[in-house]
Amino acid sequence: MHRRPLVFSSLLLAIALLSPSLGSGASDMPDETAWVNGLRAKFIGEKAIEEGNDVIELSAPYRAEDPALVPLQITSRIPQTPERFIRKITLVIDNNPVPFGASFEFTPDSGKADIAMRVRVNSYSYVRAIAETNDGKVHMAKAFVKASGGCSAPIGGDLEAAMARLGKMKFKMDGERLTPQQPNLTQLLISHPNITGLQMNQISRMVQPAHYVEEVKVSFNDRPVMTAQTDIAISADPNFRFYFVPQGQGELKAEIRDNLGGRYSTTQTLTP
Amino acid sequence: MAGIMFSDRVERRATHASELAGGIEHLLSRVHNPGPSTPTHRATDPMPRPALLASLLLLAASPCSGRTTIHLEPIAPGVFVHQGVHELPDRHNQGEIANIGFIEGQRCVAVIDSGGSPEQGRALREGIRALTRTPICYVINTHVHPDHIYGNRAFREPGVRFVGHHKLAAAMAARAAFYIDKASRDLDVALTAEDFVLPDIEVNGELELDLGERRLTLVAHATAHTDNDLTVYDETTQTLWLADLLFMDHLPVIDGSLNGWLKVLDRVRAIPAKRAVPGHGPVAAFWPADAAPEIRYLSELRTELRAAIKQGRTIEQAVASAGRSERNRWALFDEFHPRNVATAYAELEWEED
Repeated sequence: MHRRPLVFSSLLLAIALLSPSLGSGASDMPDETAWVNGLRAKFIGEKAIEEGNDVIELSAPYRAEDPALVPLQITSRIPQTPERFIRKITLVIDNNPVPFGASFEFTPDSGKADIAMRVRVNSYSYVRAIAETNDGKVHMAKAFVKASGGCSAPIGGDLEAAMARLGKMKFKMDGERLTPQQPNLTQLLISHPNITGLQMNQISRMVQPAHYVEEVKVSFNDRPVMTAQTDIAISADPNFRFYFVPQGQGELKAEIRDNLGGRYSTTQTLTP
Repeated sequence: MAGIMFSDRVERRATHASELAGGIEHLLSRVHNPGPSTPTHRATDPMPRPALLASLLLLAASPCSGRTTIHLEPIAPGVFVHQGVHELPDRHNQGEIANIGFIEGQRCVAVIDSGGSPEQGRALREGIRALTRTPICYVINTHVHPDHIYGNRAFREPGVRFVGHHKLAAAMAARAAFYIDKASRDLDVALTAEDFVLPDIEVNGELELDLGERRLTLVAHATAHTDNDLTVYDETTQTLWLADLLFMDHLPVIDGSLNGWLKVLDRVRAIPAKRAVPGHGPVAAFWPADAAPEIRYLSELRTELRAAIKQGRTIEQAVASAGRSERNRWALFDEFHPRNVATAYAELEWEED
């Protein structure tokens, strides 16, 4: 008698594995296939990778509440000094239709090569933050995220309101005043629907054409602080949190360009 | 503890509904439902394994064969509601989780929301047929969510016109591909584009429907629960069918705008209705008293999020901490609250300081 539940549950498991509509059982488990079979070569080439959290750390929710709005935080473990700094961080989401999420370039003026953003995750996938230091070494941190449908999810909320606000930007500073010579945290909010081009209109059989931010340039008194190349994995209303080191008062400026050629910019004058 | 509190409340609501029905007889309507049969092999004889596997596969393929009936409760003369369950849509309930029903006039029946699956749509049609010979003239879709529209196709025939918010068609078109995928994955229900029946009559502002000696006033609202919410007011019985603009017991789900929703609630609260019909909750509610918990949840969430944004707290921190005091007051809180916080945070961070 006691064996029966076991038999029963193993049969249910068999059904789960056999049933195609449940998706393949394998894709629910952490899986390196896409990485090994191409993504590694594409993004890193032959170079050696140092894995772990010594240089860079990535935090992501294991199970995402909203696949179209998955918060990611990349934290650097080394200060940005002219001698040693993180030059570039590339974000890769293995199983997204477009695995390239974004790349961020930093300078010693960034102070700290931290970057936080919100992304779309289309199916259970590893998310990778790949940091390249100025000595050419490659460091990688990864996290597995359970989310699905983030790229094809219909544009929710109020697209009309979003389109009316398109191109609007603002900086939010952490604190009222600037602290000179120190890394200051800021957040850049960009109003842009960041349409993926994967959201199909089933009635017209048309795909809503992709319309997304491709480049973000942030400078302080014309010295680059953070420059990003971005793709459709970035959530609607792109939002980036990062540091910069001001020498004194000055102008923080963001310039963005989208794939349809739209250009927008904003500046904010900051004083200590 | 939470569970007990919750079922107490459900008890109270149930009596509440019959009070509200105000002496209407329960003549109804429960065609006996045998329910899905339990597999007999569980009890006794060990079936050879391949056969057992095959029969289980069969079961998995059509878990709801045999379920064709629906319980429609009269809440006022000519107003009938089927009560949904507070569950996530899944393979077992096949998405049949919302309150749906109909209103009957001398000449016409208006269906309000068609159900969470094509099967439930058919069951609703049969349920209505069992209660009245009056023809169905209208199917009103209160908004685009699957649990309210997947029964549409069952009503598609000459003489039936579909009614929705002027933004409903666009929302259906934008979501259909995603929903079809999701229905196959989560509900094991195979849908096609044909299941998304677009409105023939679009409401922009207000529209009156004459059912014969009975007038319904439909109002298309600004973005609230979704960007295509429609409410129905029955003058004859002063019943205000709010659908998902009103959640009771089941946590409100934000898929439009938190600010917008509170604004709409402010407006509809002034309507002197005798009763309201929530999209999730009892079949009938006291109005506006029963809107209080939802208004409390939404406004407390807004207050906390505005403060968090002002203090420079991140979306991750807000998801972990905002609105937690409401946790024991709602069913499906853990399932929907974190997402509500994220959605609302992303909206509120664009408010002018």
